[in-house]
Amino acid sequence: MDHQLMNVLLAILQTLLFIILAPLLAGWLKRCKCYLQNRKAPSLMQPYRDLLKLTHKQPVVSKQASWLFVISPYIIFSAMVLAAAVVPLIAVDLPTAAGADVIVLVGFFAFARFFLALAGLDVGTAFGGMGSSREMTISSLAEPAMLMAIFTLTMTASTTNLSYAIAHVLGEGMVLRPSFIFALFALVLVAIAECGRIPVDNPATHLELTMIHEAMILEYSGRHLALIEWASQLKLMLYGVLIANIFFPWGIAETLTLQDLGYGLLAIVGKLALLAIVLALSETLFAKMRLFRVQEYLSFAYLLGLLGMLSHIILEASR
Amino acid sequence: MILFLAYAAVCFSLLSALCALLMRQRNNLMSLTQTCCARYPAQLRHCKDWLEANGYPRRIQLTSFVLLGISAVSAILAGLSVLLSQAVVTDQLSLGLPWLPWHVRFDSLSGLFYLIIGIAILAVACYGPGYVKDDDEQAHPFAVLGLFTGLFIAGMLLVLLADDAFFFMIAWELMSVASYFLVAFQHENSTNRRAAFVYLIMAEVGAIMIILAFGVLAAFADGFTFDALRRIGLSETWSSIAFVLALLGFGMKAGLAPLHVWLPEAHPVAPSHISALMSGVMLKVAVYGLIRFSFDLLGDIQWQWGVALMILGAFSALAGILYAMMQANLKRLLAYSSVENIGIIFMVLGLAMIFLAKGHPQLAALGLIAALLHAFNHALFKNLLFLGAGIIQHQVHQLNIELMGGLIQRMPDTSKLLLVACMSIASLPLFNGFVSEWLAFQTALQVDVLADGVLRSLIPVAAAALALTAALAAACFVNLYGIVFLGQARSSHSAKAQECDDKGMRLSLALLAALCFLFGIFPGLIINLIESVSLQLLGHSLPNPNAAGWLWLAPVGAEQASYAAPLVLLGVLIAGGISFRYLRRDPAMALRQSETWDCGFGGITPRMQYTGGAFTMPFRRIFAKVWRLEEQIDRQTDDIGLQVSDIHYQLHVEDHCWPSLYQPLERSVNRSARLIGRIQTGNIRTYLAYSFATLLLLLWIIS
Repeated sequence: MDHQLMNVLLAILQTLLFIILAPLLAGWLKRCKCYLQNRKAPSLMQPYRDLLKLTHKQPVVSKQASWLFVISPYIIFSAMVLAAAVVPLIAVDLPTAAGADVIVLVGFFAFARFFLALAGLDVGTAFGGMGSSREMTISSLAEPAMLMAIFTLTMTASTTNLSYAIAHVLGEGMVLRPSFIFALFALVLVAIAECGRIPVDNPATHLELTMIHEAMILEYSGRHLALIEWASQLKLMLYGVLIANIFFPWGIAETLTLQDLGYGLLAIVGKLALLAIVLALSETLFAKMRLFRVQEYLSFAYLLGLLGMLSHIILEASR
Repeated sequence: MILFLAYAAVCFSLLSALCALLMRQRNNLMSLTQTCCARYPAQLRHCKDWLEANGYPRRIQLTSFVLLGISAVSAILAGLSVLLSQAVVTDQLSLGLPWLPWHVRFDSLSGLFYLIIGIAILAVACYGPGYVKDDDEQAHPFAVLGLFTGLFIAGMLLVLLADDAFFFMIAWELMSVASYFLVAFQHENSTNRRAAFVYLIMAEVGAIMIILAFGVLAAFADGFTFDALRRIGLSETWSSIAFVLALLGFGMKAGLAPLHVWLPEAHPVAPSHISALMSGVMLKVAVYGLIRFSFDLLGDIQWQWGVALMILGAFSALAGILYAMMQANLKRLLAYSSVENIGIIFMVLGLAMIFLAKGHPQLAALGLIAALLHAFNHALFKNLLFLGAGIIQHQVHQLNIELMGGLIQRMPDTSKLLLVACMSIASLPLFNGFVSEWLAFQTALQVDVLADGVLRSLIPVAAAALALTAALAAACFVNLYGIVFLGQARSSHSAKAQECDDKGMRLSLALLAALCFLFGIFPGLIINLIESVSLQLLGHSLPNPNAAGWLWLAPVGAEQASYAAPLVLLGVLIAGGISFRYLRRDPAMALRQSETWDCGFGGITPRMQYTGGAFTMPFRRIFAKVWRLEEQIDRQTDDIGLQVSDIHYQLHVEDHCWPSLYQPLERSVNRSARLIGRIQTGNIRTYLAYSFATLLLLLWIIS
């Protein structure tokens, strides 16, 4: 019983760590990007300062808005926190991972998106509707691609429980699997689309023709905006951790000793830092594409996922 | 006792029909009570009060719906008790033809569908009195509506009881024909008559297919009873033929694409509680028919059937949701969304068949449970949506969603309840739609056990189609909810809409919404019941039933997959509560309300917001080939031609099936009819020549 309680506490700690680290990742990404683009970088702590400042401001809500607009940030944030709770960050085999598997994780993302899109439509401006419409379009194309990539993983490990799947990959040791390479690329493409990064969306823009995510949250201010910003930082980190821990799980703690957990933390911080550099590089090298080219981009991601699954069936299945 | 409850459900729905018939018989009733109660003046006075002219129609309506409610309660009780006891009750009714008594069998499968129908009727019984209250008695007589509603429900319940092909078809036809009259109820509009006609044709063609399917079986058996049909071992070819016929017949009723064309026509024109019953329940009766026919009667399932069902289902799901997305008519949208959900059910049934035929009965049980659970869930949220659509139609006086908007402010209760429905149908976690979809994914992911490489790659692709469907459904219902309830009112009717003041109508919505949430959080309650169906039908239950406590859902095993909705709910409450509490701790920081930012131009009008057509425009561009689109932009410029003064945008979206599949059929039928018509010259001598030739021919054959 003591052991159980300990695990639950650890799981809660890990979730908190997730929430706390997410703005740091955003700050680091910004910093890398600035270096690459010969700009002067803001401090690593800037996202925290922004969030803190926003929480101390009184939010302004449109008279048109309904209760849905006001509760949506809380719902979106909670959905992301729950998603963070089930993704193994520094240790596998935590009890929260059993509450929801990877399909439920996709469900959490869908939940947050549903309310974000409704909030965009709630005020009744053209921008909000535009953002919602584009977001739903992109996500509905991204979801099959993502599930395809995930199926490849879950079929290899024959479980949809993330914790067990990662443990399975760890247990197999370093094996070169063609299916995983395809799935990795598919998941990276989906992650870029879902997190609203270049080339699909530009998080730094407020130009009406190009924005997607920003258009939906244009009417938010104060603590509501803070929650939504934090949630999107969490989402970025979630995808980062998924990619890092599924495809490169080495370093994650398999036993819950203090030493292992420390190594696990170090490993994931290092992996995410590297991943952020790669993302910053790609964002510097590529330009944003037109909305109607996103479908080609995402069908490419789907194709990669499909290829991954087929190569799993043809090359790797034990039968 | 169980059978008594089942019969009671049928009898009370028939009684309700009879009661509706009394609507026109007030004078006769008066004289009847005068003669009967002449000796008891006290009771006579009571009866006279009851028959008093002003309140009489209202009392009859209420009584009729109360009887429906009793029928619903007994149906629920019957369903529950047979599911819990896992009994199989059989009986014979000496009705019908003297040498063909009606055989009755009530088992878990029937019981589950009894439960589904019972819940739906209960909601309708609460909803109905408020809905029909303001109807014009002259134009739309309640006697007709009530009579056919009762017959329709009785027909559906009898289909579930039938244990011989003969009785099954009689009940099936009762259901079809009664619902035809309900679709044609508001027959003064030509669209309604057309819809009813299309529905009748499709229903009858479907019925013929089913009769033929039974005929194939009966040809080898010594009787019409299901027991006799079950006993025969058909050859592969004959059982495949029977399966295809049954699939066509039941698929037509269930609205499987491309046999769905009657559905988007018939649902919008029927009264709302009828479309709720048709979409939520009658389609499920067709699903029941197919399950009964293929899993129970045919017995030896072949995997090819499963593949066919899976592909048809995936096609149907995708086509249904893509068409739903483009509809501006609220009920038409919901009708197409039923096509989608039926597609999902059929797809998962196909998976179950594949697993069963390949020798994995436990996984087949998982698939069957997923399909049945989705049927159950769909009945809940689709009923909720249709009943809600009825309220909206009542308050806003139209069904075009492009003319609504802002209803969340004007109709707070309805909007909250329909949000639950939209979240359930978009299969978001915490709601029931998610659970069945999750189970469907789990079924598809067990594909590793199959040895066949083609199947192993085909099934995940179908699962990805399911994922696309779910994502599109989310987009579709964001669109629906956002355009109908959020933003600013787009028409004066919508700006003046009021919350529906009838308690019963809101109660029925609340009942269904509560069930959607309850079974989303505690899916184990209903899954345990459905397990007994698969136990009886397949002899197998979930692969690892013990892994699932009441808190967890782990159909295959805790190591493979698990989902604990109560824990998720707890997590949401904790996370949301902490953030809310922390951020709200300073009362000075409460909200400030202000005008929407209008970019400094001054005045945001409702016409500036996104419409449904605008919302779905990216989908229209991306999946352009799916629809027959007619987009027209009329631009009027001023004299010089520089400034646009007026723009008219017209969008017409049509289903591919009708023009490319049904119209050629219609044309060829007409052409051949004209050809055959030529032999009718109208001249008596020609007819005599025909008779002479026929006689000669017959003589020649005989000799």
